[in-house]
Amino acid sequence: MDAFLAALTLRAGYNAALVAIGAGLLGFAAGLVGNFLFLRKRSLVGDAIAHATLPGVALAFLVMVALGGDGRNLAGLLAGSAATAGIGLLAVDWIARRTRLTEDAAIGAVLSAFFGFGVVLMTVIQTLPRGRQAGLESFLLGSTAGMLYLDALIIAGGGALCVSLALLLRRPMTMVSFDPGYAQSRGIDLRAIDLAMMGLVMAVTVVGLKLVGLVLIVALLIIPPAAARFWTDRSERMLWIAGAIGAASGYVGAALSASAPDLPTGPVIVLLCFALFCVSLLLAPERGLLATALRRRAYARALARRDGLLALASRRNLSQTARRVLLADGLIGANGAATPSGVREAALAARDERRWELARTLRDADPAIAAHDGVSPVEKALTADMIAEIDRRLAEG
Amino acid sequence: MTATATAREGVFASDPDSRPGPLVVSGLTVSYGRAPALIGVDLAIAPGSMTAIVGPNGAGKSTLLKAVIGVAPVVAGDIRVFGETLARVRDRVAYVPQRASVDWDFPARVIDVVTMGLYRELGPFGFVRRRHREAAMAHLDRVGMADFAQRQIGQLSGGQQQRVFLARALAQKADLYLLDEPLAGVDAATERAVVAVLHGLRAEGACIVAVHHDLATLRDYFDHVALINRRLVAQGPTAETLTAENLQRTYGGLLAGTQIGRIEIAYAARER
Amino acid sequence: MLDEIFSPQFVQLSLPPILIGALAAIACALPGNFLVLRRQALIGDAISHVVLPGIVVAFLLTGRVSTWPMMIGATVAALVAAILIEAIRRVGRMEPGAAMGVVFTALFAFGVLLLEQSGSRNVHLDVEHALYGNLESLIWLDANGWGSLFDARALAGLPPELPRLAIVAALIATATALFWRPLAISTFDESYAQSIGLPTRLIAFALVAAAAVAAVAAFEAVGSIIVIAMFVCPPAAARLMTDRLGAQVAWSLLFAVISAVAGYVIAGYGPLWFGLPDAVSAAGMIATISGVILAAACLWGPRRLGAGSAA
Ligand SMILES: Nc1ncnc2c1ncn2[C@@H]1O[C@H](COP(=O)(O)OP(=O)(O)OP(=O)(O)O)[C@@H](O)[C@H]1O
Ligand SMILES: [Mg+2]
Repeated sequence: MDAFLAALTLRAGYNAALVAIGAGLLGFAAGLVGNFLFLRKRSLVGDAIAHATLPGVALAFLVMVALGGDGRNLAGLLAGSAATAGIGLLAVDWIARRTRLTEDAAIGAVLSAFFGFGVVLMTVIQTLPRGRQAGLESFLLGSTAGMLYLDALIIAGGGALCVSLALLLRRPMTMVSFDPGYAQSRGIDLRAIDLAMMGLVMAVTVVGLKLVGLVLIVALLIIPPAAARFWTDRSERMLWIAGAIGAASGYVGAALSASAPDLPTGPVIVLLCFALFCVSLLLAPERGLLATALRRRAYARALARRDGLLALASRRNLSQTARRVLLADGLIGANGAATPSGVREAALAARDERRWELARTLRDADPAIAAHDGVSPVEKALTADMIAEIDRRLAEG
Repeated sequence: MTATATAREGVFASDPDSRPGPLVVSGLTVSYGRAPALIGVDLAIAPGSMTAIVGPNGAGKSTLLKAVIGVAPVVAGDIRVFGETLARVRDRVAYVPQRASVDWDFPARVIDVVTMGLYRELGPFGFVRRRHREAAMAHLDRVGMADFAQRQIGQLSGGQQQRVFLARALAQKADLYLLDEPLAGVDAATERAVVAVLHGLRAEGACIVAVHHDLATLRDYFDHVALINRRLVAQGPTAETLTAENLQRTYGGLLAGTQIGRIEIAYAARER
Repeated sequence: MLDEIFSPQFVQLSLPPILIGALAAIACALPGNFLVLRRQALIGDAISHVVLPGIVVAFLLTGRVSTWPMMIGATVAALVAAILIEAIRRVGRMEPGAAMGVVFTALFAFGVLLLEQSGSRNVHLDVEHALYGNLESLIWLDANGWGSLFDARALAGLPPELPRLAIVAALIATATALFWRPLAISTFDESYAQSIGLPTRLIAFALVAAAAVAAVAAFEAVGSIIVIAMFVCPPAAARLMTDRLGAQVAWSLLFAVISAVAGYVIAGYGPLWFGLPDAVSAAGMIATISGVILAAACLWGPRRLGAGSAA
């Protein structure tokens, strides 16, 4: 626990602090970028890009060894991964655009074929004298154990770079992901922004390779925006929430894993992220499960109550549900007869219904009237003078 | 044109309880989430009638049909088809979805799609025999598409695709046909062909309910109309129901007054 | 090459892995056809990730590395994942891709964490094994030539993965043939299928369940790369060859078998041709070949253009 607190407050050594900050920045950038992917409904493109890094890592290693290096230079490996990730991205794009295959099939195909080829290259590396200690497996699931100072610096710097780029491009990317047609009409080059977006996804993936690993990096792109969606309907707010969720899971996850060496970094970060997702799904006030269920029940009940009151007013028979609701609200007695308050409410409901009916027949019926949900009183949608006008007409008959 | 239909209604009017109506909807409220898509809709479709469901975009027209075939989230209300719950009379109902809802790249030929309409006869495991193929061809012929039987469906024009869907519904040999915008975006020849088939079905005694967008052709094609904007605004025989006032109540500000006026004038001119 | 085929070593060392690879490819490609048509191609990807936590949990519960509990655990995990994906998609009203991404990454992360924490790592369970499989190790020591195929005693020594995959492939093929019509109708036009009373949700779930069974059976023998690749690449390539559903399925099976056989042979003998001493990963090579076939179909397939992409 102490070790965890130390790591959390950046007192667990210089490297660990750098890595934690880098992971936080990376999570933030991933949340921002993932948010645009999510809104464009292209979340899993990130998965294809991530898996397509493997052959690049292996090729870079082979090239560096062939050139006489030791092959483990992180910058070199990441450059290689970016190269094949870019090719994979173009392949997905080309297949989805130029053939009848849909994007999901293109993603699955590129992902598996590139990854398969990467595995082939990995087995080639393993047969090399130097390959055994290459440690390239750490790119699968990420690992921060025994990280060099330079590597940590690359991650922190890369994270910072991703964040600044994402912030720089957020206006046009928001516009493009919200309404591509409109963005185009405002002179934004769709294709350029899309490419920039994918470039950012690649950057996040590449920076995250060592930290989270290529199998799981896509989680950082998908889960934060998916969680943020539950909290708000506004795109600007969603962006920051997604960034915050990503940053929190990255930072805390890296600290946790630094303090407990047998906790692998990638999975810990992803699981933290997922925990935040679950909380959002259940409890978010806007679109969370609980809030939605409560609203739905309340609406069904309000509908039954209204139906019952109108039935009381017109002396129709009450339906089962209506009877139960009215009884619970003390509007009818056990014998089914209206209580005094029931009589009053029924009269009010009947008047409200007449007002609505007339409101709907008015010549310039406006959206406020058309969108009526069947239970809220007329006062909620119309101004006092409009209601007075309606009442005047009702009185005229 | 409506002679048979009127005669039929006459028979039923004299003895209303002899057979339950093809479709009776009462108090139907449907909600996908917060604001309901349909509120307290009551609707009774007369036997042997051809009814247009009319209303602005998002009015819940498709939702109404989906509720009838049991795939919309119904909050309250009751739906009776031929006096029964849907499950017991499913074989007597044919549904034609909005055309945009399928993948036109799907590896299927025209004849394959029509054969899908024979599911009730074929069952899940039965083999397609010669008589099934002939039946499918006959239905295709009825919509004028027999020559296209071997085409991949994506190679057809929008109107031709609509005809294939109609042929599939014909293959179901139903008594109640529910069609979602069968005439939206089709060419004039297809419109004529589809309307002819639908009128033919009505003459054979079937009942047709179709979502329709074109107010100008409404009176020519449909004998009944139901105006919907999340609630039922009005329903009844087309001539009486399609008034400027009802249209105004249905479309509100969405349909400019001049537009309604123009349609009224067009009708008046034609009737003279 | 021909001498190779008639040598006893071929029957001993190469025939079983080739057969197993081909059967795994067939079992995955069959449901893959419908998944691709339903735009659920990535369900295979998701399933093959969640197999890992299933296996680890089964191991922790039984304390042993034994086949059946692990296969059951993996299948259950796959089904749980499918249900979770559907639930999140509905509740969150989000596109299936995002829901899938949330579920499979979280479950996979959970599996890895369990694996690291429980020390089960020492007992031949590890992530790389799960990814690459061990196709090359599935050998038939009791064989001494093609004649052994008719020798009951030798047959008893076949790697158990072979009969198991044969049964799974046969089951899936039978089910596909039996339920062809409901499957095709509900894949083509779901709302129409519902209107004629087909249980579309059950069908969708059964399809995912079949995919899960195929994935688990194949995974155990050949690793998850092949599984992911075979769900998508052969059906996608077949999609570009024809406009008939039956023909598409046939093409996909052909492509799957070609990938499996060619991939294994190239992985085993290819490096020798280049003067390299050791074979490379057969699983990786099979996936690579299936990708190459798809690339060829994208470039030259007679039906590569769709109704939408007139380019
Ligand atoms: N599956 C769904 N989930 C959530 N909301 C839905 C769904 N289907 C329809 N809606 C909403 O319900 C309302 C009614 O939709 P519906 O499709 O029934 O309208 P419509 O009258 O057929 O419109 P159109 O003329 O555009 O076809 C709309 O506001 C729509 O957004
Ligand atoms: Mg509609």
